[in-house]
Amino acid sequence: MKSAVEQKILALNGDEAVAYAVKQSDVDVVAAYPITPQTIIVERFSEYVANGEVETAFVCTESEHSALTACLAASLAGARTFTASASAGLALMHEILFVTSGCRAPVVMAIANRALSAPINIHGDQSDTMAQRDSGWIQIYAENAQEVYDSIIQAFRIAEHPDVLLPTIVGLDGFTLSHSVENVNALPDEEVKKFVGTRRFPNALTHEGKTAPLKLDPDYPMTLGPLAFPNYYFEFKRQQEEAMKNALSVIKQVHDEYARISGRRYGDGLLEPYKLEDAEIAIVCVGSTAGTVKTVIDDLRTEGVKAGLLRIRTFRPLPVQGIREALEHVKAVAVMDRSMSFGGQGGAVFHEVRHALYDSSKHPLTVNYIYGLGGRDTSPSQIREIYTDLQEIVKKNRVEEPVKYVGLRE
Amino acid sequence: MTEVVEQHPFAKYLREAMMPHIWCTGCGNGIILNAFVHALDELQIDLDKLVVVSGIGCIGRTAGYTNVDSFHTTHGRPIAFATGVKLANPELEVVVISGDGDLFAIGGNHFIHAARRNIGIKVICANNFNYGMTGGQFGPTTPLKASTPTTPYGNIEHPFNLVHLAAASGATYVARWTTLHVRMLTASIKKLLQRKGFSFIEVVSQCPEIFGRRNKMRTALEMMEWFKKAAVIANFSDPAKAEITPEKIVVGEFLDLEKPTFEELLREKMNEISKENGE
Ligand SMILES: Cc1ncc(C[n+]2csc(CCOP(=O)(O)OP(=O)(O)O)c2C)c(N)n1
Ligand SMILES: [Mg+2]
Repeated sequence: MKSAVEQKILALNGDEAVAYAVKQSDVDVVAAYPITPQTIIVERFSEYVANGEVETAFVCTESEHSALTACLAASLAGARTFTASASAGLALMHEILFVTSGCRAPVVMAIANRALSAPINIHGDQSDTMAQRDSGWIQIYAENAQEVYDSIIQAFRIAEHPDVLLPTIVGLDGFTLSHSVENVNALPDEEVKKFVGTRRFPNALTHEGKTAPLKLDPDYPMTLGPLAFPNYYFEFKRQQEEAMKNALSVIKQVHDEYARISGRRYGDGLLEPYKLEDAEIAIVCVGSTAGTVKTVIDDLRTEGVKAGLLRIRTFRPLPVQGIREALEHVKAVAVMDRSMSFGGQGGAVFHEVRHALYDSSKHPLTVNYIYGLGGRDTSPSQIREIYTDLQEIVKKNRVEEPVKYVGLRE
Repeated sequence: MTEVVEQHPFAKYLREAMMPHIWCTGCGNGIILNAFVHALDELQIDLDKLVVVSGIGCIGRTAGYTNVDSFHTTHGRPIAFATGVKLANPELEVVVISGDGDLFAIGGNHFIHAARRNIGIKVICANNFNYGMTGGQFGPTTPLKASTPTTPYGNIEHPFNLVHLAAASGATYVARWTTLHVRMLTASIKKLLQRKGFSFIEVVSQCPEIFGRRNKMRTALEMMEWFKKAAVIANFSDPAKAEITPEKIVVGEFLDLEKPTFEELLREKMNEISKENGE
């Protein structure tokens, strides 16, 4: 695909790509607390603030709980708002994650995915965001620094879309993406500014019977986040689910519109298949590991093995139908999880992919691989072994061990 | 006559397997750990009755380096953890050694409430004026005007006066020293270990690599020159006036008093209730 505008190639690591995208996205308020491997995002951004390159109010809070609370408040007052965190920082935000989605505040947050304590570990895995999958936030995971940049810009449009109004997380694998420098094509400032536009607000009826934009505004007083007991609470939650459904098409639209400017596509914005149409065996994964899987597929294809990949880019909302249609024809599917759901027989991604396949009349055989916890490296040869396992499974037409562990000492 | 010793006399206090430590050349944390170990040795503290708790940060590694029962909590929670240990077994000596960010930013709430209750835990804060471990961002003790990665034009937030905060919150032993005052610091740690109630020592510590070099004090020596020039010992002076500025660092003991500890009052209350119930 050709780009409609001229782009600058910058050498950025994933964190810097986030900061650069935020700088271009006309953000009003950033509040954050430092944590490895997110720190570079906020440091770079604070340089932009200090240099007068952005008109953003930048607040260094005393914890992540306060950081997200400040973002929530700013967002409800009508500001475009961004924060970033990881691991324990995201866990500490847990309470406010639900308040943010429940208030329909379109905060955008980058998470440099990192393991959770204990034992203490600062390295990459996806336990932090997977543990928050039911918090009502949209979750998009990037494969490389370029996609990190693109996804952050898209995230503002998705989150703030009046049919959506949901906070959005963009996940980038800790260190693998956050700290590795890559070439990133950056759009011109004006293009991004035009693309993200200004925030639009749906109208709401105030307690005084006036119609006013849904935000805190002294001219149209309203209370946000009040009590809703058994008489109303349930309806609020149902509306959040409706917004998630709307997000499925909005994410695709925003992705398409962005692709027309940038020339870059990631599947349909929800799912990215790779050599999947005629594949007999396939891997499903989330995040940067997809890059490794693709190179292994290229090798296998030259050997005549019909291997493919489905990368889940948007994990919340889950594109259930898309997953089913993409994988139905495959004989055996290996789902890779970089986090655990203890006692749940496999990881979160495995559960959800199996769930999506249940309604298919053709049930591909499915097997789960837990990998890379606490930053353990996953090599191309280990990915190759997964495909070899899948060939065995197809041959036997049976999965003997539903949950396996990659590169684990046992 | 010389005596050949196979092992450093203090080796038993440290975990050799954890060495080398992660601290930068010139960091003050080693001095603090050294003073702590000296105090333990001089008092011949029973190591089986000692628990060291740290939060996350450079100084937080102390929990892993001291060869006693220890726990490395999540960021900001060492005092909450220590509270649990002390209540479960009041016979234990529970010492929290952690950073200014850990104890006063993300974990600030725990500090004021532990002091208010006068629970008998001992807190030593390595105040290096910044979040060292994450790259030197400003925090709640960063002096006004100081330059950090998140305050490139100088800090505009007023810092805490930690000794004032501790005293006002209800601590019963409060002192501040710098890493230059090694003898006084060690003597103070000995007192802290002998007191019953909530006790607190702030150690103003040099961080040349992360903080000093952005503030015209590139080496440990330059930072300690500042401590030497600016430090004024004012024992039992008003902690509210114990400032830390480029010109003046007020150090000394500020408070040393006794009042019933939380665990004593708890035991008393429990005895009273059991008596009423005729048990
Ligand atoms: C919940 C959470 N937020 C953020 C962090 C990242 N973090 C690790 S250490 C630290 C600051 C440490 O500063 P301080 O307590 O002053 O200790 P120092 O490193 O200066 O000794 C931060 C913010 C974390 N580990 N957990
Ligand atoms: Mg510190």
